Amino acid sequence: MKKRRVVVTGMGVISPVGNDVATFWENLIAGKSGIRPIERFDVSQYPTRIAAQVLDFNPTDYIGRKDSRRMDRFVQFACAAARIALEDSGLKVNPENAFQIGVWVGSGIGGLETMENQHEVLLTRGGSAVSPFLVPMMISNMASGQISIMTGAKGPNGCTVTACATGTNCIGEAFRFIQRGDAIAMIAGGSEASITPLGMSGFCAMKAMSTRNDDPTGASRPFDLERDGFVMGEGAGVIVLEELEHALERGARVYAEIIGYSTTADAYHVVQPDPGGEGAARAFAMVLDDAGILPQDVDYINAHGTSTEINDAMETQAIKKVWGEHAHRVAISSTKSVTGHMLGAAGAVEFMAAVLACQYDIIPPTINYKTPDPACDLDYVPNRARRRRVNIAVSDSLGFGGHNAALAVRKYEHNR
Amino acid sequence: MSVFEGVKEIIVEILDVAPEDITLESKLVEDLEADSLDIVEMVMQLEDKFGLQIPESAFEDLKTVKDVVEYLEKRLQEK
Repeated sequence: MKKRRVVVTGMGVISPVGNDVATFWENLIAGKSGIRPIERFDVSQYPTRIAAQVLDFNPTDYIGRKDSRRMDRFVQFACAAARIALEDSGLKVNPENAFQIGVWVGSGIGGLETMENQHEVLLTRGGSAVSPFLVPMMISNMASGQISIMTGAKGPNGCTVTACATGTNCIGEAFRFIQRGDAIAMIAGGSEASITPLGMSGFCAMKAMSTRNDDPTGASRPFDLERDGFVMGEGAGVIVLEELEHALERGARVYAEIIGYSTTADAYHVVQPDPGGEGAARAFAMVLDDAGILPQDVDYINAHGTSTEINDAMETQAIKKVWGEHAHRVAISSTKSVTGHMLGAAGAVEFMAAVLACQYDIIPPTINYKTPDPACDLDYVPNRARRRRVNIAVSDSLGFGGHNAALAVRKYEHNR
Repeated sequence: MSVFEGVKEIIVEILDVAPEDITLESKLVEDLEADSLDIVEMVMQLEDKFGLQIPESAFEDLKTVKDVVEYLEKRLQEK
């Protein structure tokens, strides 16, 4: 069976560096960090007191007041990004196509803020005072549920939950639904809102986050020798994937073509990646194979690059394993240096960065890169955006649990 | 504040309707678009506001704002 071609026709983002795609991209290119001190709650007792927060977000700009009250922040982000993406695509859900348009938007964690608030109610006022909306607000599949209710999309619906690889896996699975012919379009991506007292406590306890509190904008420094952990971010990235012929028939603007997806597991440790990078390397090799391309065909890798000691060295190893002698020639950057680590949303917004790199032939930089690390010796596009033809880009994500996933995207050309 | 005013305040908050659209005759489900979860939340807030326990068996008979107000007035007298 001939696989159907899949293109990106719409994008929406709610992020620490902008709540629209143009602002998001401008800030990535300018290397303008979205990291600052946390002011939403008292963090004086936390070793990490900084994060990449979404500011100036008003859910009722996108969703009715009553509906938004029944949504956790992660669902509000997801619905907002989905609305922007769908409008951007010009795709209309109607009774004729509703069953062929699906939603696959995940979250690494789900409604943590709701859970914390209602647990407080349980402890202070007892079980009978717990809100009937606790469950429908908290469960991590509710972004996809609410987006289907909001848009009327009745096709394949669900989400893939793979921690920090969620966004990448969700877009990849959505890509497969269209390739297989189960849908003509999918609204897909990831969302996260875990900058909460419990979320911060949990990640602090793991000693996974940067404690560079005095220098927020310099705290996320992927591949730099002085990196000391990731910085938590939040937000959502949602894209509209569409079967090529369907997109062309309705005269849609095509951003780029998705040409490959892969996913593997480390089978190694709950939170530490396999230091040899075997699982990640296998995901890279598989995505190239799925796309039918060679390592030297790739112009840009949007790396997972979390700014933790282990991840960045391991990921470098994995790239070297697969790219071999070409590893030094491919441009690699981590946009987490600017956006922080948006966890379940990271893969989605980073895939969007890869799509935009293909569209504009500009590679966003890895900012805060000052001191080379002997364990990270590739071209990380340090500090300044680079103008370079980007025909093919790869974006990868690696999640707690040992999940590895990658996507490949190519500049759209009709005749191949 | 009258019982009606108190009920109205909660309905405005939970169902996001304008206060002037709420009359004693308003039907909770048909006119004010409450769903089953809204009604549970509303009852919980009424319990807090009026210091009552409202048994689940009472929900079914509360169709209009007037039903709610009369039920609360009766319960408050019994207190």
